[in-house]
Amino acid sequence: MSLANYVLRRVVVTIPVLLGVTAITFSLLHVAPGDPIDVVTGFQNVDDDVEASLRAEYGLDRPVWEQYLVWVADVLTLEFGESPVTGRDVGATIAERLPYTLLLGGSAWLLSLLIGIPAGVVAAVKRGEPADEVSRIAALAGIATPNFWLGLVLLLVFGVHLGWFRVIPPDAPLLSLEMLWFMLLPTITLGTASAALVMRLLRSSMLRELNEGYVRTARAKGLRERTVIWKHVLRNSLIAVVTVAGLQITLLVDGAVVVEQVFSWPGMGRLLVDAIGRRDFPVVQASVLLIGVTVVVANLLVDITYSYLDPRIRYDR
Amino acid sequence: MTEHQPTTERGRIRIEGFEEAVDETDRDGVDVWDDDRRSERRGRLEDVWRRFRSNRSAMVGLGVVAGLVFLTVFARPLEFSTMGYTITVQPFSLAPHDPSEMYVGPANAGPSLAHPFGTDWAGRDQFSRVLAGGRFSLSIGAIAVALALLVGIPLGAIAGYAGGWVDELVMRLVDTLYAFPFLVLAIAIVAVLGQGYWNLVAALALTGWIGYARLLRGEVLAVKEREYVTAATALGVPDRTVVFRHVVPNAIAPVIVQATLNVGTVVLSAAALGFLGLGLDPSTAEWGAMLSRGRDSLVHGHWHVTVFPGLAIFLFVMAINLVGDGLNDALDPQGETVERRRR
Repeated sequence: MSLANYVLRRVVVTIPVLLGVTAITFSLLHVAPGDPIDVVTGFQNVDDDVEASLRAEYGLDRPVWEQYLVWVADVLTLEFGESPVTGRDVGATIAERLPYTLLLGGSAWLLSLLIGIPAGVVAAVKRGEPADEVSRIAALAGIATPNFWLGLVLLLVFGVHLGWFRVIPPDAPLLSLEMLWFMLLPTITLGTASAALVMRLLRSSMLRELNEGYVRTARAKGLRERTVIWKHVLRNSLIAVVTVAGLQITLLVDGAVVVEQVFSWPGMGRLLVDAIGRRDFPVVQASVLLIGVTVVVANLLVDITYSYLDPRIRYDR
Repeated sequence: MTEHQPTTERGRIRIEGFEEAVDETDRDGVDVWDDDRRSERRGRLEDVWRRFRSNRSAMVGLGVVAGLVFLTVFARPLEFSTMGYTITVQPFSLAPHDPSEMYVGPANAGPSLAHPFGTDWAGRDQFSRVLAGGRFSLSIGAIAVALALLVGIPLGAIAGYAGGWVDELVMRLVDTLYAFPFLVLAIAIVAVLGQGYWNLVAALALTGWIGYARLLRGEVLAVKEREYVTAATALGVPDRTVVFRHVVPNAIAPVIVQATLNVGTVVLSAAALGFLGLGLDPSTAEWGAMLSRGRDSLVHGHWHVTVFPGLAIFLFVMAINLVGDGLNDALDPQGETVERRRR
């Protein structure tokens, strides 16, 4: 199967999933107990006339499927309406928060690669030796540590006791030096579990590759061991790291929801949690939809990259 | 084989292993037509247990889990009250104080002999709260995973075995739910259902079954091509029996490993929800909820309020991970756990 065909097929399979994501997100508002109109009116008793006109204004008098179609059409044009709680445009609120989460998530991802890849290589090369065992325990500990607790402890040690970091973000633009310095602790907190995942995955993938014939050939022709490991084995093993990128995104999003709360980081995760606390359903809906669509698209891109790097995968499914 | 014994007969060639008696017993052990399946299965379980026992870190994990379960069961007396009668199932109390009783000591006191883990903002004994809090975390983990298995195993098995449109339908649903990160989906469900113990369990079970269904379906696809399945079908065994007597038992091992690891994931998620104030009520002695004011206490320097509940979560999840890793090695010596750690 050519790459173009494979991409086409993957895209076609993705469409029902995206429809499902919109359907689930849409139904969130309608399964939730209470009438949305109560949220609009702030749970006050209003005239029937006023209520009817509000219903008409928000389109709540129409059948559910029609409301769904209108909503999907709005979403496709990036119209999310305005929040009944804060009265602000939902799209604008999200656009304001999104860069914070993207920067935090991106740097945590980078950190996970910077730690996970070398550690994975060392663990695979020194298989069964103390270094391997130590890294195994460290990886298990990294996955077992609750991220919010890790964040709190880091804040306690480096923020409160040593005073190297502020406890809340500085009042500075996102790309300023102060802000980036503050972002170091949240990045470490968020990247730890991801690094553990990358490290373990790379180790097992390297161990598989080390048994291949080309490694013996490379050694037999007298290449230095370092060249064999870093140039030949690692390159083939890194494909496994690409496949785990999709899983990492969900891990990072989950982590961001919690870590942003710990560090008062004004990103999407904090927005989501605050919105649920205020029962601000349009914001909840828009954030959940954005997260779902991002994950679906990211997985699509991961699959395409994977099939480009390793063409055998195209015939597997 | 027979033990090598020093021979006193010099100059004679002795070939071992071909004696009549040895031959007989050897062949009995590997008889392929031995259809006493029960004894064979027991043998397999014994094998798994033997391999598991030889794994030191897994046994340490199992010990820690057993210890924590013991502590939470005996932390406070267990009583059931129905129709005016109170039945005491378990009368012992390891925790020195009632976990919800306020001002048993000064507020925010550091660790001391009277209060080994200190007290929280309301003067409640942290040690008692950590001990009793295990009840929430551990029971939520166990129940949510069990419920998720009850949904995931049948759906995964049926999707994999039936194929066709059933498979398409289930897998598209799974794909769709997979688009939402575990915690985000759980948060959304809690937002819809509202807070509380059973709603939390429901949210974690509703997000958990997806992984098992997907994993089991993949295994079933491989197992259903095996000869014994074809043989059973050819003998006229009904599909339902084939699936649940022959296919599922042979495809379940990875699901068991995954479920064990997931008890840890679920405990972490429940704690995260508690920390965000979306799980149990913040005054509940749940490990995550105890940390929900952790940030404030921290800024005021009350480190003990944060550190001890977090250590308890870490200890339990780490132990469960060690057990899961050991179980994986014991069930499938060639495999690797981390690749299975998809949720």
